[in-house]
Amino acid sequence: MENKQKIRDFIESNLVVFEDEAVFSDDDHIFQMGFVNSLFAMKLLGYIEQEFGITVGNEDLDIANFSTLNNIVRLIEKHKQEV
Amino acid sequence: MSVHTCASSARILEEAKQFAAEEIRPLAAEIDVKGELPRSLIDNMAQRGYLAASWPEEYGGLGLDPVTYGLFTEQIGKACSNTRALLTVQTSLLGETMLRFGTDAQKRIWLPQMARAGKLGAFALSEPNVGSDAKNVQTTYRKEGDRYILNGSKKWISFAAIADFFVVIASDTNGQITSFIVEREREGVHTIPMTGMLGNRAVHIAEIRLDEVEVPAENVLGNVGGGFTYIVSTALDHGRYSIAWAGVAIAAEALEAMVTYARSRSQFGEKLHHFQLVKGMIGDAVTKVHAARSLCLAAGEMRRSGAADAIHETAIAKYFTSKVAVEVTNDTVQIHGGNGCRNEYPAERLFREAKVLEIIEGTSQIQQQVISQYGLRKYAVKKQKAIRTRKDA
Ligand SMILES: Cc1cc2nc3c(=O)[nH]c(=O)nc-3n(C[C@H](O)[C@H](O)[C@H](O)COP(=O)(O)OP(=O)(O)OC[C@H]3O[C@@H](n4cnc5c(N)ncnc54)[C@H](O)[C@@H]3O)c2cc1C
Repeated sequence: MENKQKIRDFIESNLVVFEDEAVFSDDDHIFQMGFVNSLFAMKLLGYIEQEFGITVGNEDLDIANFSTLNNIVRLIEKHKQEV
Repeated sequence: MSVHTCASSARILEEAKQFAAEEIRPLAAEIDVKGELPRSLIDNMAQRGYLAASWPEEYGGLGLDPVTYGLFTEQIGKACSNTRALLTVQTSLLGETMLRFGTDAQKRIWLPQMARAGKLGAFALSEPNVGSDAKNVQTTYRKEGDRYILNGSKKWISFAAIADFFVVIASDTNGQITSFIVEREREGVHTIPMTGMLGNRAVHIAEIRLDEVEVPAENVLGNVGGGFTYIVSTALDHGRYSIAWAGVAIAAEALEAMVTYARSRSQFGEKLHHFQLVKGMIGDAVTKVHAARSLCLAAGEMRRSGAADAIHETAIAKYFTSKVAVEVTNDTVQIHGGNGCRNEYPAERLFREAKVLEIIEGTSQIQQQVISQYGLRKYAVKKQKAIRTRKDA
């Protein structure tokens, strides 16, 4: 499965809105939309590090890097290139 | 040896059990009454590496994995809740968070000293007007040049009365939350010990007042703005795991006290354990302790394997075991009758200590919210798209 789909599945399995029509695009700010909560941010960090074998340094912890699906994919790709 | 631990861990656990029996349990009542954790006990634990039990060896730790660290916490917590609280704060909340988000310099400076008990810390989140709604901390920071200036009050901070440093959670005028390492000797730092506690009487709880306290930029823990999202969330996740085991510990200790008393005290010419209603309480207590430990072990296994849902399973364990601790200690007091209401027996102390667990590291109501959100997603029956398509066709 490609990275983007993996992450989408992970986000969808952690949404804190329970209406069936809750959908988000690859560029939607999932935190601002209230689709996920702050506990999710930490869970997402753990998931990304575990799943993709990277360590995200403090300089990259800015929530903007995790705010949209595309930003998360970009962050992972950046770290994968660094490895 | 348990299936959950390897040989070297099993040895450490066995030693901890013996240490708790010989060096901690005999002091537990006195520690509670005096409201003081003896320095000699803290040093003794440090010498054994206990204050860094779950940290890597390079920082003076024992390298215990989450499951073994949980079982270790149970052993210490069974003997004395106040002593266990030292592990919760130093090892779990502060140490684990610093291991993950501390800079290399911060880790090198603080962790080895914390392991040796040369420096004790405190985690300063709660305030007079802010508890569960922790994102709304009113303690402020502002940046001036390369320094940060902190102002505000913290309340209920375990070990603050004796700590050498505090991890202080503060907000800027835009609501960006950041955490700072604040050394006690900095000008403008004052602590005011708090007495009259229900439980945790010897964890040196204090208020902290910060009046124009200046800290350098290198004292920021984690990233600027990530104080809640990463530091508080991580610290409380580790704290909850520790408290989950603390609940098992208190409930297990109370169960032993209950059984011992029911087997020795007689009324109506019979030992108490002969009465069906007493048997009911013992049966329930055994079941609850086993269930509580199972939940903790399950959460521990998930933490060990790095499973993403470990955060939620830890919240479930914390919620359940603290509830169980209150229920079992309640029945332990009941079975002790009048003796349960006096400090000649440990029952009343265990009862008081148990209640605290339902309040700290996120109250039970906050856990229920977190768990229900998890459940509303996890247990939603997925629409069977494929089946519907076939039927529609
Ligand atoms: C012994 C002890 C040690 C402590 N050590 C520390 C420490 O080291 N560091 C630290 O920072 N803090 C510490 N605390 C503080 C502790 O974390 C807080 O007491 C706790 O978070 C609850 O906050 P509060 O007391 O302000 O209660 P409140 O948040 O005012 O809650 C009061 C009641 O309202 C309920 N409630 C609140 N919001 C909701 C909601 N949204 N939905 C449903 N119910 C709700 C709560 O569950 C609770 O029953 C300690 C407290 C104690 C008692």
